[in-house]
Amino acid sequence: MSDSAVDPRLLRPPPKRGMRLSWADERFRAIIWQVLIVGVVVGIVWWLVRNTQHNLEVRRIATGFGFLNREAGLPIGEHLIEYTPASTYARALLVGVLNTLKVAVIGIVLATILGTLIGIARLSKNWLLSRIAGAYIEAVRDVPLLLQLLFWYTIMQMLPAPRQSLNPVTGVFLSNRGLRLPWIQWQDAHSFALLGFVIGVIGAILYVRSARAKRMQDGQPRKVWPAVLGLVVVLPLVIWAGLGAPWQGDIPALRGFNFQGGFSVSPEYFALLAGLVTYTAAFIAEIVRAGIQAVPAGQWEAAEALGLSRSRVMRLIVLPQALRVIVPPMTSQYLNLAKNSSLAVAIGYQDIVSIANTTLNQTGQAIEGIAIIMAVYLCISLSISLFMNWYNARIALVER
Amino acid sequence: MSTTLDSAVASAARTDAPPAILMDKVNKWYGAMHVLRDVSLSVAEGERVVVCGPSGSGKSTMIRCINRLEQHQEGRIIVDGMELTDDLRNLDAIRREVGMVFQSFNLFPHLTVLENCTLAPIWVRRMPKKDAEELAMEYLTRVKIPEQARKFPGQLSGGQQQRVAIARALCMKPKIMLFDEPTSALDPEMIKEVLDTMVMLADTGMTMICVTHEMGFARQVADRVVFMDRGEIVESGTPDQVFNDPKTDRLKTFLSQILRGH
Repeated sequence: MSDSAVDPRLLRPPPKRGMRLSWADERFRAIIWQVLIVGVVVGIVWWLVRNTQHNLEVRRIATGFGFLNREAGLPIGEHLIEYTPASTYARALLVGVLNTLKVAVIGIVLATILGTLIGIARLSKNWLLSRIAGAYIEAVRDVPLLLQLLFWYTIMQMLPAPRQSLNPVTGVFLSNRGLRLPWIQWQDAHSFALLGFVIGVIGAILYVRSARAKRMQDGQPRKVWPAVLGLVVVLPLVIWAGLGAPWQGDIPALRGFNFQGGFSVSPEYFALLAGLVTYTAAFIAEIVRAGIQAVPAGQWEAAEALGLSRSRVMRLIVLPQALRVIVPPMTSQYLNLAKNSSLAVAIGYQDIVSIANTTLNQTGQAIEGIAIIMAVYLCISLSISLFMNWYNARIALVER
Repeated sequence: MSTTLDSAVASAARTDAPPAILMDKVNKWYGAMHVLRDVSLSVAEGERVVVCGPSGSGKSTMIRCINRLEQHQEGRIIVDGMELTDDLRNLDAIRREVGMVFQSFNLFPHLTVLENCTLAPIWVRRMPKKDAEELAMEYLTRVKIPEQARKFPGQLSGGQQQRVAIARALCMKPKIMLFDEPTSALDPEMIKEVLDTMVMLADTGMTMICVTHEMGFARQVADRVVFMDRGEIVESGTPDQVFNDPKTDRLKTFLSQILRGH
């Protein structure tokens, strides 16, 4: 049991051990090995740099990033920012980075949602559901991603031409030119409504937190959904209505050989996104399943025996423990998805690899081109890692 | 065998107060395996019952049926006047009144000792956090580990963890406490501290059902000892009757095995 009086013998610090200059001394040996390895690495790097410099001189190749300000002259189909072939290489590469981010960010969000659902379905007591999820995971994990991307792209190519496009719902067209959806003509009122929505979500989070804090004080549960609904839905609607409720549809329509207007998703982007999401979701599903199964059944039993409802048990007991297991491998999957997006080059989606590739072909600046690709992926990967490590540390703090 | 069963039910009928727990011809199967056979048991309020028997005899399954961690398939179980049915409201009400202590403690490793104890009072009993913490400290003091309140379960010894688990269950102020082999996972020197806690609890008049092989504990606090074998209640009586004057061969064999082991 507790001993309040501390035994003075327990307060004695451990003895300091000196190092002998002998191969038999473990610490001496470790230091020698480390010095040797650092020396070898420095040597290899020095040799690589010297070799490259020498070869560049012999071949009379000028190095440097001056080419970035030259006119690119390469057409890019999808661009989130203003771009014409007359723009500079720097701008072309920026378009490529944004295209990579567009597929990586949305891909990570969708793969997480789909993967979590499949992972939970895999654990379902429903025989059919769990078997379907299991079959999906096995089938998708076992086929190389490149083949799957080609498969999705082929499906998009096999869709009918715009004139015969599939039209499942009014205004929605699916053809080999991609997906077209009705959209609204964006006006200031919509921007303000969107701003209102963001503020509403932040307000709702703060409200739920304060309701929880109040509950901790007096023990009484509070209805939070009316306020949350008001902040998240009614507030943006009121702003929108207050600014005249503009409602001008931008319905896609067939003009000549293609559609005009509406919101368009290119077949390349759709194929890449679908391939990355379905592939990564299979791995995420296994991670989620493993995470939930890592929480012993005794935790469920103990919490239920205390009278907690199943949803509370999940939220307060199982999820915090499962996340500790889930987050580190999930980080790896996010990194994989971001890096796998470079396979876009195979189906003609113009991501950073595709555009940098064309750039280095046109300018001959191979080292700079490759360096830019590496720098971009390094930045994306480090950002994902930093965010996930921060999140992991946050939930670990709650843990222990 | 049938005579002991009848007498158990009859003795329950004789007392005026309704029994805290009434099991009437409860049957349960795992697949084709018949693990509980016509189990009938009545526990009066304030009664302390010790359940013993060889492993696989259905002791744990029986007490886990009382708060429906396992579902029985036949027969009736009435706890604190409420029948265990598929109705979830009844189940919630029963679980609030029945505390349980497990062989493997099952403390929540991501919560401090104090949070383990205040979790259910806050979220189930709707108690203000401050009151719940005061209550938790009171029970942690009673199980003699108030100084560990801010630590995490992983930093405690097995005996301390089991005492926290007892305090956690008591914080719900249950009317009935179930103990499922609470000392089986403990080192010998820690068994005593947990048993002492349970004796102290028994002295407060708590209704207790305890699955254990600790004969000393059974003799000290049990009003009744129930011997189970192969899914049925074979004998039941005072500790003296059961331990010193076993009627059936099965109980005699069991007792000789336990005594040899000790």
